[in-house]
Amino acid sequence: MDALLHISTLHYLVLGAALFLLGVIGVLTRRNVVIVLMSIELILNAVNLNLVAFSRYWQGMPGHLGGPAALHGQVFAIFVITDAAAEAAVGLGILIAFFRNKETVNVDEVNLLKW
Amino acid sequence: MNPVTANPPVATAFFFYLLAATMIIGGIMVITRKNAVHSALALITALLAQAGLYLMLYAPFVAGVQIILYAGGIMVLFLFVIMLISIERTVKERQFNKQWLVGIAAAAALGGLFIAVFTKGNALFPAAKVVNYEEGGNTQAIASLLFDQHAGMYMFAFEIASLLLLVAIIGAVVMAKKRI
Repeated sequence: MDALLHISTLHYLVLGAALFLLGVIGVLTRRNVVIVLMSIELILNAVNLNLVAFSRYWQGMPGHLGGPAALHGQVFAIFVITDAAAEAAVGLGILIAFFRNKETVNVDEVNLLKW
Repeated sequence: MNPVTANPPVATAFFFYLLAATMIIGGIMVITRKNAVHSALALITALLAQAGLYLMLYAPFVAGVQIILYAGGIMVLFLFVIMLISIERTVKERQFNKQWLVGIAAAAALGGLFIAVFTKGNALFPAAKVVNYEEGGNTQAIASLLFDQHAGMYMFAFEIASLLLLVAIIGAVVMAKKRI
């Protein structure tokens, strides 16, 4: 009970793992490209949660790697958010071009490059 | 003043489980809703709950960036694209492909891996201690990591990120434009 009520880094990691799994299931099973992209956003956010949780973990650690200035995880999370923005812009651009050509948004009907 | 014991956060467990439940339910709704607009709204809910978790992790700057960039920027982009493509027809279509067996197998394998790592590595992740900041210290510390000439080690990565965004802007315009 105490392990459940005392929130530690592990709790955030388990939550991040659950979100990651939800994203993986969404990417693998959905047909709609928009929802596949949203599932990728879920995966990136799970990773971000882990990064910030580990940053918090290192802030509580002694030594020159730890201490209150150990914010590398948060900086990495900001870079991941930047990547997510770029990925969403390019992915949705591809989606619009694809919808204009094929009149569908289903990933399993994307077979132009299939040999 | 001892920084470890001073000013412990209140009701941490309750808010953690509330926000975690919001995120999990939002995530489940993202991957199960038929209408893509409903998925987008569920994703916004999950992302806002995650911003709350960032606040609980003493990362107010990342929480602000999360709200402004994700809930304010990326999700608006998603909603615009959902409006551009026709949703009436896609709602009536089959929503899941035939790979659900592969999906469940992959999720089970990954979940088993996570469970193994977390149970074996339990002693590696003890509870993080409470650290108090001065007011406004977090944003300043992140800025000095990003921009400071001497202490900052992410200046080059920051410039590369700006280049990445430029490439993404040009790529998105090239992709979405009918005739260049």
